[in-house]
Amino acid sequence: MRKLLFQSFFRGPLTEQAPALDEAAVEELAATLQRAARRRLGRSLSIREIDAGSCNGCELEIHALSNPYYDVERFGIRFVASPRHADVLLVTGPVTKNMRDALERTYHATPDPKWVIALGDCARDGGCFAGSYAVVGGVSQIVPVDLHIPGCPPPPVAILQGLLSLLDRTAKSATST
Amino acid sequence: MPSLIDLMPEGGKTQHHHPWPRVVVDTKLWQFAASELAQGHWTLIGLWGEPSTVHMAIMDRDTTDIAVISLDCPDRVYPSVSKYHPPALRLERTVNDLFGLSAQGLPDTRPWLDHNRWGVRFPLGNRIDALATTSPYRFLPAEGDGLHQIAVGPVHAGTIEPGHFRFTASGETVVRLEQRLGYTHKGIEGLMQGASIERAAQLAGRVSGDSTVAYAYAFSKAAEAALKLEVPHRAVWLRALLAELERLANHLGDIGGICNDASFGLMQAHCNVLREDILRAANTAFGHRLMRDVIVPGGLVRDLDENGQAGIRAVLDNVHVRFPVLVELYDNTASLQDRTVDAGIVTAALVKQYGAGGYVGRASGRTFDARRAPGYPPYGDLRFEVPVLDEGDVNARVWIRIREVEQSLSLIHQILERLPGGPLCVPIASVAGPREGMALVEGFRGDILVWLRLDSGRVDRCHLRDPSWFQWPLLEAAIENNIVADFPLCNKSFNCSYSGQDL
Repeated sequence: MRKLLFQSFFRGPLTEQAPALDEAAVEELAATLQRAARRRLGRSLSIREIDAGSCNGCELEIHALSNPYYDVERFGIRFVASPRHADVLLVTGPVTKNMRDALERTYHATPDPKWVIALGDCARDGGCFAGSYAVVGGVSQIVPVDLHIPGCPPPPVAILQGLLSLLDRTAKSATST
Repeated sequence: MPSLIDLMPEGGKTQHHHPWPRVVVDTKLWQFAASELAQGHWTLIGLWGEPSTVHMAIMDRDTTDIAVISLDCPDRVYPSVSKYHPPALRLERTVNDLFGLSAQGLPDTRPWLDHNRWGVRFPLGNRIDALATTSPYRFLPAEGDGLHQIAVGPVHAGTIEPGHFRFTASGETVVRLEQRLGYTHKGIEGLMQGASIERAAQLAGRVSGDSTVAYAYAFSKAAEAALKLEVPHRAVWLRALLAELERLANHLGDIGGICNDASFGLMQAHCNVLREDILRAANTAFGHRLMRDVIVPGGLVRDLDENGQAGIRAVLDNVHVRFPVLVELYDNTASLQDRTVDAGIVTAALVKQYGAGGYVGRASGRTFDARRAPGYPPYGDLRFEVPVLDEGDVNARVWIRIREVEQSLSLIHQILERLPGGPLCVPIASVAGPREGMALVEGFRGDILVWLRLDSGRVDRCHLRDPSWFQWPLLEAAIENNIVADFPLCNKSFNCSYSGQDL
C-alpha cells in the first residue's frame, strides 16, 4: 500500500482542472461555484440524494461525481446521509406511486431554506415511464422543483454545471432581496 | 429421473416459440415439475403470468436444457410451486399482485410489489379497485429475549436505490433480516403491452441502468428468436464487446465499492478512476457512457470506428497495468481481509436451490454462466474461463469479480482482434400472428431472462426477469449471525438490483 500511496503522491492529482465540455468552462465552474456557494451557504453545500423510482442510471453518474476526476467535494459539495443535514434534495426517477410518500416525507424532513433538483429525463415528466399505472410522473408533481438537469442519464459534467446554475441563482436572489 | 425433454408431450408444444420449446401442461404435470424443482433436478429460471395463464421457465441442471411450461388457469387459480420450492415465492406473490392469479397453497400470501398505492389491483389482469384502506405490512416475527428491530429505508443513507430492510438484532448480531421491495415498481411490463418493438427495446434498456447493455441485448435476442431473424456477424461480435465493457466497468465499481464499505476508500478511488476511463472510452466509441440504446433488435445503431477502437485499446492497456497492483493491495491488506473473509457466507446448497447466477452463485460453487451454457455467439468462438470458488463469503464474491475483470479484458482483446466487417443491422419484419421468443443473457450480475410474444410488429406480452430475483433472498440468509455493521458490506458484495426486481 505504501508503494501505491507513494506513487500517487508523485504522480500528481488526476482531478481535472477543466472537465471536457468547453475549455474554460470548468475553471469558471469551479471558481463561480466556490464564490456562489460561499456567499449563500458558507463553504458547503449538502446534498441528499433520493431515488424516487429511477433505473439506477442517474445514481451511477452521481457516484461518478465523487471519483478523483470530478472530485465534487473540492467545491464544498458533499452528499449527506440524512435529509435533516441537507440543503439540496437531488431527486431522480419518475416518481413511482410506491415512492410518493417517502419522497414527500423526505422533503418535509429537510430544513428550510432548501432546493430541489430533478435529475434526469424521467424526473422531469416521467420520461419513457409516463402514463404507467404505477408512476405519478415528474418530481414537480409532488414537491416544488428549482432546477431540472436533463439527460438519460446526465453525464457528471452536466450535473456539476446544474449545481453551479442553482447556486448562481440562489446567490443572485440572495443579493437582490 | 426423466430429462426435461422427455417430459414434453409433443402434442402440447406451442408453435413459433424459439429457441427453446414451450409446452402447455395440465395441473398434474405442473405439480410434477414443482416436485422435480424441489428435489433439485431442475432449476427454476423464471415464473410469470398472463391474464389467465401462468408460465414457468425451467432448466435441467445437468444438461442445461431449457423449456417453458404453461398452465391455463381460467378459474384464476393454479397449484403453488413455492409450496414445494421456496425460490418461486416472491415470483408467485408478484403474479398475484399483477394478474390476480392466486397460487393455491402459497405459503406467504402477503402482496409483494403491490403496496396498495396504484389505485387499482391486478393492473395487468382483470383490474379491480384498490383496497379502501392499506393495512400495515406484517413483517415476519422473531421471538426471544432482548431482541430489537431496526427499520431501514426505503430512503437509504447512501446514494442507492430505495428498499426497506427490517432487521431483528440481538445486541449487534442480526437474527433475522427481512426485505421489503417494490418501491421502484414502474409497471414496465404493462408499458410494453401493445408497444412497438422499438419502444419496448428502449424500455428494456431502462429496467436496470447498470445493465442497460445486457437488457437491450437480451430483449433484442428474444425478439430476433421470435422472428427467426439472423443478425449480421459484425453486430454479434460488437454486442459481446459492449456486454464485456459493461461487465468490466460494473465489476471495477463494485470492487471499489465493497472495499469502501469496509472503510478502505483508497481502493475505491483507484477502481473508480479505471471505471471512469472505461465509461469515457465507451462514450467516445458508442456515443453514450453507459452505452444505452446502442443494441437494438436487428443489430446495433452505431458502428465502432478506428478512433473508438483505439480509445478502448488504450483503456484496456491502462487497466492491464494498474489493476494487478490493486489486486495485490486488496490481497495484502490484513485489515480489509479481516472484514471480507468469512463475512456474509452463502452456502452452496442455497445457491443451487435458488439457481443464483453471477458472482453470487459462482462464489458458492455454482458454475453456471449463460455465456457458456446454454451459450450464445460469439462466445463459443472465444477463449474464456468461468471462475468459481467455494467459500461463499464477501471475499469470494470480490475474487470472482477480480477474475472476471481479467476474463473480460481478455475477451475484449480477442473481439477487437477478430472483429468481422460487414453490415451492422438488418430491418425487423412485421410478422402477423403470434411469435414467441426468449433469451438468456449473462449480465454482470448474472443471467437475465427475457420472454416475449410479438404480434404484427407489436409486443403482446414481455416478461423480463432480473438475476436479483434469485439473489435477494440469499442476502437474507447471508446476513444471519453477522453484525449489523457488516450489512452494507454484505449488501454491496451482492449488489442486487432494486429496479430490475421491482420492474
